[in-house]
Amino acid sequence: MALGVAGSSLNRILALVERHAFLLLKSWPRLLSMAYYPTVTMIMWAFVTVYLRPTNNFLSNAPGLFIGAVLLWDILFRGQLGVSLTFFEEMYSRNLGNLFVSPLRAWELIAGQLLMSLLRTLIGVGAACAFAWLLFHYSIFSLGLPLIAFFVNLIVCGWAIGLAVSGMVLRWGLGAEELAWAAVFLLAPVSGVYYPIGVLPGWLQLIAKCIPTSYVFEGMRALLLDQSFRLELFVQALAINGAFMIAGIALYLWAIGYAREHGLLLQMGE
Amino acid sequence: MPEIVNPVPAAVIEVRDLRKSYRQVDAVRGISFAVGRGATTALLGGNGAGKTTTLSMLLGVLTPSGGAIRILSEDMLRHRYRVLPRINFTSPYVDLPKRLTVSENLRVYARLYGVENPRSRVDELAEELDLGELLKRPYGNLSAGQRTRVSLAKALLNRPEVLLLDEPTASLDPDVGDRVRTLLEDYQRKSGCTMLLASHNMGEVERMCDEVIMLRAGLVVDQGSPAALLERYGRGNMDEVFLDIARERVGAEDTIAASDRIARSLS
Repeated sequence: MALGVAGSSLNRILALVERHAFLLLKSWPRLLSMAYYPTVTMIMWAFVTVYLRPTNNFLSNAPGLFIGAVLLWDILFRGQLGVSLTFFEEMYSRNLGNLFVSPLRAWELIAGQLLMSLLRTLIGVGAACAFAWLLFHYSIFSLGLPLIAFFVNLIVCGWAIGLAVSGMVLRWGLGAEELAWAAVFLLAPVSGVYYPIGVLPGWLQLIAKCIPTSYVFEGMRALLLDQSFRLELFVQALAINGAFMIAGIALYLWAIGYAREHGLLLQMGE
Repeated sequence: MPEIVNPVPAAVIEVRDLRKSYRQVDAVRGISFAVGRGATTALLGGNGAGKTTTLSMLLGVLTPSGGAIRILSEDMLRHRYRVLPRINFTSPYVDLPKRLTVSENLRVYARLYGVENPRSRVDELAEELDLGELLKRPYGNLSAGQRTRVSLAKALLNRPEVLLLDEPTASLDPDVGDRVRTLLEDYQRKSGCTMLLASHNMGEVERMCDEVIMLRAGLVVDQGSPAALLERYGRGNMDEVFLDIARERVGAEDTIAASDRIARSLS
C-alpha cells in the first residue's frame, strides 16, 4: 500500500517533468537560451583572465578563479530560474487550474519544479562547461570532489529563492515576474563571487555571513589558492541553506493557501 | 465549520450552508443542496450569482468561508486528495499547455490521474471524441470547438464518477455544442456518472438536466426539475424562468423561503 502511494506520487512528479520536457525538447530557442547566457558570460571572464593573468599573482597560481566562479554562479542562477520558470510556464498557459484540481499535491508540484530545475541547470551549465574546456582548456571537474559540495549548496540556494519567487508571483501576479530575473543578483555583491568578502564594508560582511553562497565562493577560493577543502564552510553553507529552503517552501505554501483563499488559481494567466 | 450529520444516502454531492466572502463581497451566502448518484444537475444564475465560486469550492481550488462539502461520502475540505482522483472538471476558462500536442497533453494528465495504460485510454477517447486527426497537433493551434473536445477528453481520462462542468458549451456553434452534449449524455449513460454543470444555455439545461438549482446573489432561490420549474413559474421555457429569477420577479421573501425549504429537505 505504502509503495502504491509512493509510486502514485512519483508518477505524478514524473508527469510534471514529462510535461516540461515535452516543451523543452520541441523548442530549440528555449534550449539555446538556457546555454547561451552562461556560455557568453564564461567566455567574457575567460578573456579577462587571459588579459590579467601575466600580471596577476592570484590568476597565475589559479587561472580557473574567474571561470570557475562564473560557472558556479550560474549553477545558482540556473537553479533558481529553473524552479521559477517551470511555475511561470503553468501560469502563461493558464494550466494552474487544471493542475490544482488534479490529484497533484503541493509537495509533488515542488518536487517536479526542483527536478526540472536540476535538468535545466545541467543543460545550461553543462554547455558552458563544455565550451570552457573546448575553448580555454579549463575543466570545472579539476575542482575534484568538492565540486559536488559546491554544486549541492548552490542549487539548493537557487531552489529556495526560486520557490520564494514562485510564491510571490502567485500572490502578486505576473507583474512580479521580474523578480525571477533580479532576485539572485541581489545576492551577487555579498556572495563574494569574484572577490573575498573581506573586501566588503563591515555591515555588508555581516549580511554576507547570513548568505550560504558567500561560504561556497570562499570555499572555492580556498580550494584553488590554498588547495584545501574547508569542511566548516561547507557545513555552514548547508545549515543556512536548510533555513533558506524551509523559508522558501513556507512562503510558497503560504502563497498557494492565499491563492486558494482568494480564488486566484482558476484566474491566473497572461 | 458545520458537520454534515445526516447525509442523504444516495447523494454524491452534498453542500451544506456553504459560504464565501471576500473583503467587501459575499459571493456565496449559505447555500445548501444535494445531487443524487447518476443525476445531472444545473447551477443556473446570472453573472455574479455564485456559480463558478460554488464549483471552485467543490473542486477545492477555493477555500470556503464556512459550510461543509461532501463528495462521494468524503469531506472535501479535509480529504480533498481522496476525492480528486475520482472526479474531474472542465471549463473554457482554463487551458491546457498550448505548445504540447493533444496527445502529449492527454498523456501527461493520464499520468497525473494515475490512469492505467494511458496510451490505450488516450486512443479510446480519441476514438470516442473523434480526436484522431488532432492528436499530433499542438493544442494552441486548435479551434475553440476542438479545444473544448480535448478538454472534455482530459476530463474523462480517469473515468470520473463526478464531473463538474463550467459552461461546457460556451462559445461553441450549435453543431459542436450539440455534439458535446451528446458525448456527455453518452458518457453518463455508460458510466452512471454524476454531473453538476454551470450553464447559461437554457436549451442545454432543459435537455440534459434532471434538476436545476437557481442562484441569485449567492443564494439558492429555487430548485426543482426543469418541468417543475416551468410549471411553478407558469412559463413555456427555461429562458423565461431564468429571466423571472435574474430580474428579481421573485421576491426576497420567496428567496428565503426557497432556501429554507431546500435546507429542510436536506436535513
